[in-house]
Order: sequence, then C-alpha cells, then structure tokens
Amino acid sequence: MKTTKVKGEDYGRVFLYTLSTCIWCKKTKEFLKNSNVEFEYCDVDLLDEKDQELTEREMRELNPGGGFPTIIINNNDIISGYQPEKISDVLGL
Amino acid sequence: MAKSPSDSEINEAFEKLSKDAEKSGYHLNPDSGFTKDLIRSLLVNQDRYGYQACPCRLAAGKKAEDLDIICPCNYRDADVVEFNACYCGLYVSDKVVKNKLPVKSIPERRPAPEQRKNQNENAKTAQFAYPIWRCQVCGYLCAREKAPDLCPICKVSSERFELFG
Ligand code: SF4
Repeated sequence: MKTTKVKGEDYGRVFLYTLSTCIWCKKTKEFLKNSNVEFEYCDVDLLDEKDQELTEREMRELNPGGGFPTIIINNNDIISGYQPEKISDVLGL
Repeated sequence: MAKSPSDSEINEAFEKLSKDAEKSGYHLNPDSGFTKDLIRSLLVNQDRYGYQACPCRLAAGKKAEDLDIICPCNYRDADVVEFNACYCGLYVSDKVVKNKLPVKSIPERRPAPEQRKNQNENAKTAQFAYPIWRCQVCGYLCAREKAPDLCPICKVSSERFELFG
C-alpha cells in the first residue's frame, strides 16, 4: 500500500484511509497539518485495482460503515468522517 | 492520473448545477468555495471513470456497480431530509440556506458491498399491466413500458430507475 507521511509533532501513530477527491478527507488532513500532528495517509482511490480491494477490505474490518476518512489512532481509536473535536479529544490537542 | 479541471470548467459546471438545482427545488451548498471544490472532484471523476462518481466514496470504476453513487446519488434526498445535507455536503436543505447552518460530515448510508449485492438479487418484479418505474434518486414513479430517458423531477438518466411493485 502506497502511503504519504506528513511531518509534525509525534502523537503516536496517526493513520488515515482517504480519497484524493473527498472534501472531508481534505479537511481532516488540513486540520492535522494545522495542528502540527505527524500523520500518514493512503489515498485509496489512487491505488491500483488489486491494492485498492485489499485496502478497502482492511479498512472495512476496522470501520464496517466504510466512511472516508477512516482515522486510526495508535491502533486503538477509530474515527470515521471529518471529526476535529473527536480527534482533538483522543490526541489531547 | 486524472487531469485537473480548469477554473473556467469548474465555474461553468457550477453555474449549470446551481441553475438545475434551484429549478428542481434543490439547493447547492451556499459556501461557493466548498461547492466548487466538490465540483472540481466531480470533474476529476468524470475524466477518470467516464461518469461523475461521488467524490467522497470509493468508486469501483465499473458503471454498473457505481450507479447508486453517481451524483446525485441515491442517498442524497434521504440525507438532506435527515441531516440537512448530502454525504459530501454539495446539496443542502432549505434550512441550511435560510439559517446559515454549518454543514458537517455525516454517517455513510450506502450499504456495504455484500448488502448491496443481496439487494440487487432481491430486486422486485412488476405485477401490473405496465411496469412501474421508480427513480432511485428522488422517488418519482411512473407506469409505462420503459423508464423515461431523464427523470422529469431530478433529471438523472433512465439507468437510475428500478422496477417497483
Ligand atoms: S449528492 Fe452529494 S453525496 Fe451524493 S454523490 Fe452527489 S455530492 Fe456525493
């Protein structure tokens, strides 16, 4: 799976399943950047077909509703959609 | 990699969509920056897939599997009624426009892939003198041999109709 890292302060592992065209994904990435949180994301729509299928399945195991972005914080908290308050709560921003 | 649409293409699509929406009793998100960003993504998907798949959902890239999420998607009206905005926030309710309510990210209503498959297999067949067709976007019903080329209410194409009853 091809991922992109965005540098910032270390809050543990913050990983996002995103779509390059999704406005809520874009807003979430911007929110994390503006909060100086280090994170890694994967734009699932830009993967090749096979990788995309595997990645979607992997995401649905964590978030059965399947909404983008799906955010995994420290392999523990799972947040679906653009939820700046929830992210702030979990990370203690 | 999909090409990125020019500002003039986006503005043109925006004008057309706004006009069509207002004519049929729908409203685009009044935050024009937000709305144009979504329209840019719709144009990217048009170029990528050949149809305007919902920007906030993962398209299969096969039209038959993506019909329910071609914009306007089958979930728009229910979401505007329940949450005052569609899943992407492109279409909003009257209330949002009048009271300047903020548009938020809402839960996904589209069923998971396995459920969608089951739904298709359980599709009903008509038992009337004429087949009854239902627009899956706005609910418009008509009884005739074939679904209309365009829904007279929400303007989606005939392939968005299902047999009803
Ligand atoms: S109506 Fe809204 S949620 Fe549905 S496809 Fe269009 S932009 Fe996406």
